Order: sequence, then C-alpha cells, then structure tokens
Amino acid sequence: MSIVGGFAGCFVLLQQLVNGVTLGSVYTLIALSFSLVMGILGVLNLAIAELFMFGAYLGFSVIARGLPLPLAIVTGMAGTTIIAMVIEKIAYEPLRDMPVIAPMLSTLGFSIILQNLATNIWGSDPLQLPPELFDTRFSMGTISIGAMQLVVIGVTIVLVALLAFIVQRTAIGRALRAVAENREVARLLGVRAGRLTLVAFALSGALAGAAGVLIGLHYATVTPYIGVETGLKAIAVMVVGGTTRIWGALLAGPLIGILEVLTVVYGGAPVRDFTVYGIMILILLLRPQGILGGASTEQGLRV
Amino acid sequence: MSTYYAALFADVGILLLGAISVYIILATGQLSLGNAGFMAIGAYVASYLTVKIGLPLMVALLLAAVVAGAVGVVIGFPALRLKGIYLAMATLGFGEMVRSFFLNLESMGGAGGFHGMAHVSPVYVWGWAGSILLLVTLLERSRVWLEMCAVHDDETVAGFIGLNTTVIKVSAFGFGAAVAAIAGGLFAHHHIYIEPGNFGFERSIDFVLAVILGGSTVAIGALVGAALLVFLPETLRFFADWRLAAFGVLLVLVLLVRRQGLLDRAMFMRSIFKARRA
Repeated sequence: MSIVGGFAGCFVLLQQLVNGVTLGSVYTLIALSFSLVMGILGVLNLAIAELFMFGAYLGFSVIARGLPLPLAIVTGMAGTTIIAMVIEKIAYEPLRDMPVIAPMLSTLGFSIILQNLATNIWGSDPLQLPPELFDTRFSMGTISIGAMQLVVIGVTIVLVALLAFIVQRTAIGRALRAVAENREVARLLGVRAGRLTLVAFALSGALAGAAGVLIGLHYATVTPYIGVETGLKAIAVMVVGGTTRIWGALLAGPLIGILEVLTVVYGGAPVRDFTVYGIMILILLLRPQGILGGASTEQGLRV
Repeated sequence: MSTYYAALFADVGILLLGAISVYIILATGQLSLGNAGFMAIGAYVASYLTVKIGLPLMVALLLAAVVAGAVGVVIGFPALRLKGIYLAMATLGFGEMVRSFFLNLESMGGAGGFHGMAHVSPVYVWGWAGSILLLVTLLERSRVWLEMCAVHDDETVAGFIGLNTTVIKVSAFGFGAAVAAIAGGLFAHHHIYIEPGNFGFERSIDFVLAVILGGSTVAIGALVGAALLVFLPETLRFFADWRLAAFGVLLVLVLLVRRQGLLDRAMFMRSIFKARRA
C-alpha cells in the first residue's frame, strides 16, 4: 500500500515538475525581456508586463480565427516589437539622461495605456482558447504532457537559442554588449548607441510578445490582467537571476516556476506569492548580482 | 451636494493622503511602489481595532499609523541599501507580500474581505486629509525639510555637511507609511468593506501618479493630482472607456514636457507672495 502511495506521490511530483517547467519557460522569456533592457540600458521598462498581455491577445485573435499556431506566435511578436519601438522613441529616448526613475514612470504611462486599449478592444472578461487545441496529450508512463506544454517549452528553447546567437555571435550583439559595458566608451569606438537602444527594446518586445502567446497556451485563457499578475512575477524572476546579467533568467525562470507549482501541490498555495516576492527582496538586499553570483559590480547599485 | 459627489470628495481625500505618503518618501529621493501595502496595514489594523476591540476610530487610526510607521521604519533600513529602480522593485515586492499576507489572514476574512466598520462621512475624511496636508505644508517650511531636500539632491554631500542621512531617510519612510495607514483606515471606514484586492499594485501606482501629475516638489501638488485623478474621469464622461489611457498619455506628457508636475514650488511661492502684496 505504502509503496504504491509512494509511487503515486512520485508521479504527482514529476507531473508537477513538468507543469512547473512550462510555467517557468514563460517566466524565463518575460524575465529575459526585462533584463535585456535592464542589463543593457539600466532601465526598468514596466510596459513589458502589458506588452506581454498584448501579445497574448494578438496570438489569441489569430488562433480564434482558426489560423495556425506559428502564425499566432509571429503575429504576437511582430505586434509587440512595433509597440516596444514606439515606447523607446516616445518614453525612453527623450528621457534618457534623466534620473532612471523618469523613464521608468513614462513606461508605466504606456503600460496604463496598453491595458486600457486591451480592455476596450477585447473586453475585460476572460477569453477562452478553443478547447480542441488542448486535447492532444502524450503519456509517458503515468506522466502526461499536453501537446501545448511541449509547444511552450519548445518555443522557449528556440527563442532563447536565437537570442543567445544574436547577443553572443552577431555584430549587433557585440555592440549591444559593448553599450551594456559602457555606453560612452562604446560610442567613442563608433557604436551607434541610439540605434542599439532601439534594437534592445525591439528584441525585448518580441520576447514579451512570444511569452504572451505562450501563456495563453499554458492557461488556455487570456484576461487583460495577466500583465500585472505574471509580469510583476517576471520582475522577481529577473531579480533572482541577476539584473545585470541576462542569462541568469535561464536558471531563475524554471526555478521560480517549479517552486510555485510545488508550493501549490504541498498545500502552500496561499504563501506562493509571499514566498516569491520575499525571495526577490532578499536577493535584492543580499545578492544584487543574482543567484548565479560573480563579483557584485558597480551596476548593482546603478542609480 | 449629492451623495454621489460626496463620495467622490471622500475619494479625493483618501487619494490625497496616499499621494502625500509617496511624496514624503520621494522628498528624500526614494521612490516607493509599495505604499498600498502600508495602506493595507492601516486599513486592517484600524478595522480590527474598531470592530473587534471596540476602540473609537480616532484612537484606532492613530494606533494603525503607529503600527504602519514602525513597519515603515523596519522597511526603511534595508531600503537604505537600494537606490532608484532597485528600491522601486523591492517596494513593489513588499506591497505584493502585504497583499498576499492579508489574503491569507483568515481571522480578518482572508480573500472574502472584512466588514462591520461604522461609516464615516466625507467631512471626517477631509478633516484628516486637510490636517495632514497642512502639517506637511508647514513641515516644508522647516529646517527638517531642507535637510530632506539636501539628501534628495545629493546624498553624499548631505552626509559630508554633517546630516544624518540614515535617520532622515528612515524617518521619511516611517512618516510616509503612517500617512498611508491613515489613508487605509479612512478608506476602510468610508467604504465599510475591505478586501486585499483593494490594496494591489494599481493602488500604489495611483498614489505615484497623483504626485507626479500634480507636482512632485510641493505638497499641494498632491492635492491637484488627487483631484485630477478622481474628477477628470467624471468630466470626461464622453470617453469614459478611455479615461485610464488618458492618464497614461498625461503621465507621459508631464514627464516629457513638465517633469516637476503641474504645480511646482516656485509657482506656489509666487502665488503666496502676490496674495500678500495685494
């Protein structure tokens, strides 16, 4: 009896790990979106939370018309990329030399606008994705993975690989890293910093949009409020991964996703948010460079 | 005055107090995105004291302010280590933690909310809001405020000239938290029902909006911002659906064109000066 119970418990755990990784994938993408702008420009773009929500709706509209999933992801990404570039031009560029609080607040202005826009276009009631999308499930022993979970994890891996390639291997990526290191020196060396800022915002917007489409697939519903719920959580993920290093999110995303799912399984659902934000504050105070560590740099306290 | 407008006036008073709580902390150069958390503490503590203990509201509000002020001081110390966006993120996390805490506090209703408070009139709300606005306006003419401005402008130099920047920043946090708590207590007793959802991220953002729009260099700016936030949607009924977007646009415009907000200190002083001469 107890052995069977043990096995069942083990399978529940594995099943939840899969769910945690799926949720964590989405967190990873949004956290990367935040940390691209944060790591390179030192600015918190609060509108990313709502870009993510907007991406979810764009993807939803495409899927609801019966069009294929890849098209939904591309549409979501394209839409949010354009909005992110508009935000850069209006909310960031003119305020670049102000104290960092100013651009953060102006991106907040955009997040208010985006949320209102979404409520007016799609209404404030939750929209359901067609259930037949979620019928396909693969069983491996007693664990079952929905086809959509595989899509979420797969797309995340592809996008992260793509981003890694762009940042680490291309000329644009090298320039981005140079600007992150030291904007003025990079400019002296001939890097067009202004244009790269736009690139950083665009890449970040694309990731947020993709994450939005994927969260729709994960929860099967979209509401105008997922931006605040999930987006704020992604800020915590970014902090845990380290605000000045982009790749920390790869570890922190799945970690927080699994942690969240596990606290729910073991009766800790009520303390879920409390734990996540508590960890974020501890990391901010004790290890501003994130869990991966490395020397704490000047940037950790960039004013 | 109809009951409807009376309720709006009470909302302005409560928002004004919330905005002042952000303003006081911002005056030392610290931006808090978690003041709804202090407001929640105030609302729940005050409601507990009046409903379950049976204390008079005045006493309950003052005790709630003391409790939240103490929490503010406790938060203020670790906050010293953080600046700018890092502080903003940490306070945001604090606000969410407080909301989550009350969501699970079953003895105070948990997610179901808490009620049983006696209703207070808008006049009572304004008694508090007006007094605290007056207090902060007087404080602005004191030496203490000059010291806070010095810390805001350049913390290092403020330290060099012998100011105790730690005490100044931490007390600002405590004072701001206490004011937010009074806003919370009044909110609870005006709306006679509270739930954790009342004190989410959006509430903290409202406070910040009121300060930034109204004017972040003078306390009376918070009043202008709060009135704007409550009454503008009423006068713009014809595009009621877009009123939030209008605030978003307004926020971006203010930051681009007039970063000190609609009112600023110089303008305020000029108007007083003219009035005296006349």
